[in-house]
Amino acid sequence: MTAIERIASVVVWTLAAFTVVFLLTPLVVTVMVSFGSSAVFTLPAPSWSLRWYQALGRSRELWPVVAASVQLAALSTVVALALGTLCAIGLLRSQFRARDAIVTFLVSPLMLPGLVIGIAMLETFRAAGLRDVWVSLILAHVVITLPYVVRTVYAALSLFDFTLIDAARTLGLPYPKAVMKVLVPALAPAFLTSGMFAFLASMDNYPISIFFTDAWTKTLPIQMLQYVEESPDPTIAAISALLILLAAGVLIIGDRLVGLRRMADL
Amino acid sequence: MTAARRLDPVILLALPAVLYLAIVYGVPLLVLLGRSIMVGGVPSLAPFVGFLSDPFSWTVIGNTVRIAVMVTLVCLVIGYPTALALSRASGLAQALILVAIILPLSVGVVVKAFAWQIVLRRDGVVSQLMMGLGLWNEPQRLLFTEAGLVIGAANVFVPFMILPIYSVLKLVDPRLGEAAATLGASPLYRFFKVALPLSLPGIVTGIAFVFSMAASMYVIPNLLIGDRFQTLATLTGRSFLFMRNEQLGSTTAVVLLVLTVAVVVGSAALSKRLGGAS
Repeated sequence: MTAIERIASVVVWTLAAFTVVFLLTPLVVTVMVSFGSSAVFTLPAPSWSLRWYQALGRSRELWPVVAASVQLAALSTVVALALGTLCAIGLLRSQFRARDAIVTFLVSPLMLPGLVIGIAMLETFRAAGLRDVWVSLILAHVVITLPYVVRTVYAALSLFDFTLIDAARTLGLPYPKAVMKVLVPALAPAFLTSGMFAFLASMDNYPISIFFTDAWTKTLPIQMLQYVEESPDPTIAAISALLILLAAGVLIIGDRLVGLRRMADL
Repeated sequence: MTAARRLDPVILLALPAVLYLAIVYGVPLLVLLGRSIMVGGVPSLAPFVGFLSDPFSWTVIGNTVRIAVMVTLVCLVIGYPTALALSRASGLAQALILVAIILPLSVGVVVKAFAWQIVLRRDGVVSQLMMGLGLWNEPQRLLFTEAGLVIGAANVFVPFMILPIYSVLKLVDPRLGEAAATLGASPLYRFFKVALPLSLPGIVTGIAFVFSMAASMYVIPNLLIGDRFQTLATLTGRSFLFMRNEQLGSTTAVVLLVLTVAVVVGSAALSKRLGGAS
């Protein structure tokens, strides 16, 4: 190894190590603050306590919001998985000429400003006479979750060799069984990861949801931002730490089922 | 391609999703665009002329572009080496980098912005660290400054720079570098002539992603810099949610939309010319 190579390698690994620390900083800080005893976020905390978790347990406003957000995310993810998987299969099998353009359209909500999408939907829903908060939220969240499913399942399917299904049928399997035995296992990892990211994207969405929530129906990020702005105490750190724990759990399950590397292939 | 193939009934499977998105998302965007150029039922560019002739608007557009460019640059400078390291790492190092990228992706943006509020305060970790290193003489806050906003935003968006670059880099055959070395190319020459050009499509995709997200972020500026500093996105949100000025909000929304679409479409074209899959 020459001197230049050695220096370049040191620079690359130093910056990578810095990035790892940088990326994990907010998570570590949140968890540390949540276990502190002080009400004013001093780091390191004077002493450790569970009082903010107790406060969280007593909170009457947070848990209904968590439940509403989970329901919304689960429902829109299921709808997106159904619509998106069918769509990916249809586009790939049909050799449709404009399919790349269609995929770009389906994935575009990820790249356009959420606020702009939210405003456009708000105005159109209003004009169409739709005022129900819950229905509006579900309609909007399917738009947020669908791109994850379409993008990942489409990419996985384009690597799938459909003649394998024909091969299975030649070997005597009826069509539905051939699909179950060949296509479903090949697609499962893409299905799981995209569903997971779709769910998390829905749970975390602020800029679109803010236009549809009202005083009675709120989603978690909206309630949390309001909390941070109005009464910032470490209760918010405690719920954040629980969310980090949940994310870590999901990550471990994802690693077992799919593998971290394949999850990064998104 | 024959007519019979184009009319393959399998395409019907794609119809529900396409129709759904067209109605719930496509139509509203067209309606927004249409409304933004209609004043009292007559087509008119007056709102845009009015907006663009106000010096305040240019401050806001300048803030938006400046912050987005700085966030993108920071993400590129720390993201490229990380993607490079990830493509060469194995075992524990690889797992660590992957966890550091994926775990924060699944933690909400409010949580992260809140944590940066704590880190960037006058008595926060950064201030204490800089004092400890002797770089600062007295505690300073980065919270409510542009630097603080860039740090917090880069933290949230850097995975979106790393992942596309990594996905291109891992496809690069390591033997290419060896071949170049055998032919007598120096390490730097090899990097600039082999690895860098091959990873350009990933870089372009990453830049487009990070730039468009940084230009449209709303929650992060709210928590890290406050409402004296406006970008197109925060002004849009505020016009609708607090000021109840829908005219202004629609105008800023369309300006922001045009800016992000230009970057996304331009980068997709560039990435295609560079020969990568977008």
